[in-house]
Amino acid sequence: MLGFIIQRLMQACVVMLVISVLVFVGVYAVGNPIDVLISPDATQLIREQTIKAYGLDQPLWKQYLDFLNRLVRGDFGRSFVFNMPVLELIFQKLPATLELTLLAVLGATLLGVPLGIYAGYRPDSAASKAIMAISILGFSVPTFWIGLVLIFTFAVTLGWLPAGSRGETASLFGIQWSFLTANGLMHLFLPALNLSLFKFAMMVRLARAGTRETMLTDTVKFARAAGLSEWTILRRHVLRLIAIPIVTVFGLELGSTLAFAVVTETIFSWPGIGKLIIDSISTLDRPVMVAYLMLVAFLFIVINLSVDIAYAALDPRLRTRRAA
Amino acid sequence: MDPTSPFARFWDEFRRNRVAVAALGVVLAIMLLALAAPLISPQDPYDLANLVLMDARRPPGHVGSKGFTHWLGTDAQGRDLLSAILYGLRISIQIGIIAGSIAFVLGATLGAFAAYFGGRIEALIMRIIDLQLSFPAILLALVLAALLGQGKWPLIAALVTAQYAYFARTAHGAASTERSKDYVDAALSTPLAARRVVFRHILPNCLPPLIVVATVQIANSIALEATLSFLGLGLPVTEPSLGMLIANGFQYMLSGRYWISIYPGVALIVLIVAINLVGDQVRDQINPRLRR
Repeated sequence: MLGFIIQRLMQACVVMLVISVLVFVGVYAVGNPIDVLISPDATQLIREQTIKAYGLDQPLWKQYLDFLNRLVRGDFGRSFVFNMPVLELIFQKLPATLELTLLAVLGATLLGVPLGIYAGYRPDSAASKAIMAISILGFSVPTFWIGLVLIFTFAVTLGWLPAGSRGETASLFGIQWSFLTANGLMHLFLPALNLSLFKFAMMVRLARAGTRETMLTDTVKFARAAGLSEWTILRRHVLRLIAIPIVTVFGLELGSTLAFAVVTETIFSWPGIGKLIIDSISTLDRPVMVAYLMLVAFLFIVINLSVDIAYAALDPRLRTRRAA
Repeated sequence: MDPTSPFARFWDEFRRNRVAVAALGVVLAIMLLALAAPLISPQDPYDLANLVLMDARRPPGHVGSKGFTHWLGTDAQGRDLLSAILYGLRISIQIGIIAGSIAFVLGATLGAFAAYFGGRIEALIMRIIDLQLSFPAILLALVLAALLGQGKWPLIAALVTAQYAYFARTAHGAASTERSKDYVDAALSTPLAARRVVFRHILPNCLPPLIVVATVQIANSIALEATLSFLGLGLPVTEPSLGMLIANGFQYMLSGRYWISIYPGVALIVLIVAINLVGDQVRDQINPRLRR
């Protein structure tokens, strides 16, 4: 087991290094950040000073080594645009994204799993068909389009909910959160709904497929023979049996929701890291792009690693099958 | 047509699902409309000489100063939306099909070769592909679109990178099964080149599952392209796809001018959902596990 973990850890490190090279070379091959940093009528002297200040006159490999060296020390450099340390910038924007993604994934799970179990328990009822129709829409309709329709319906036409920004925030542990104020919650609702629809569709499908399979097993037959009520069977036996894949997907989805948050945050002008990356792409703010990409890659590698290790711990067969 | 041919049997079964037939009709109709856009649209939306600023942001049904009716209204430049949508569909479908086809060829070849060679090469290729699949496609496409800059080919490259892995994994799964069959051993016992065995013997037998993935992925790449264009990372302004039309109308939606965003969006959704419905039916028919 220990060997397996060490092997996987080393693999993860190699992958991280490869990604850092790709990201660095890729990002530094885009355009010329100097054009964005200083106005075209700046003097040659100012131009050269700026290039020197950002280390842009060094050869690429030297810039990369410097970058790697700083990375290890947790220093991602300063944002060209905001003129502040990138890490600080990202941590300042992170809470907004975190509360949005957490609320979306939690909501999708708490609503999607019971509805999916119902759809699997009574596959032919009209309600189940309606649930499945919604889940198909959630799967195939692009997130940004759902966001637009939500804004148009609830913010523009009905005027019930605000269309953008975080609203009022309250402080907890020294960080500003929207979900602590009524006004903030109103602002949180539409973007969270938008972000959760895809996850909701997925949870419904997972729970439905699991329930349909479990209902045919002997466990359910014997539970029925023992005289347990249908409700007890669903809650005590079916839910428990389908919980494992759902928990796995829940964990994996937390990561991918961060990626989808890019779209939702842009539409609802939600000031999180997703909006930050889009803004920094359009202004060619390289340090922010690099830091964001490295952070997301790191997150995904950590999630995949923990899933691999958790599976290996649960299923001894995976340990002996050497990973390539 | 010979009624016993596999294609005829397939069509016979397909025909029984009315929703899928209707969806196929919609897909074909939209493709036809997109193909015929220059002939049937009331206006060439990209000829600036045609645009009258006085007609900008008019609601659906407005009779423009050129004398014809803008059935779906006009956008911020006074462009007839119906024409813009028809031209936008052209671009969206074109990008979807090109990206889907390249991803298909690349992924299928890679997956089939991995299964054919086995051993370390297979392990390495599949490991990379699994790793890539664990990243969300939209994030990959976003990063690539940002790195490669704007334009048609950078966008297609981003879409292909985000999607070829699905084809590769499917092809690998199917080809691994085929690899262990006797006909492949028979082919290998003759002095045929590896390339020939893979392309002429193994790959044709892997086609059915790949076709299913292809329908879904074409719909996905159309949606992904629209998302990227909406975020401003897709095509340049000179080639407005549906996503860009929607993005341009977004700012006007808050002031109640819904049609600039909503109608291109409806066209996009109808196209995507119809392709997905056709794909679902094809999958159900091809998947042997669902056969009753």
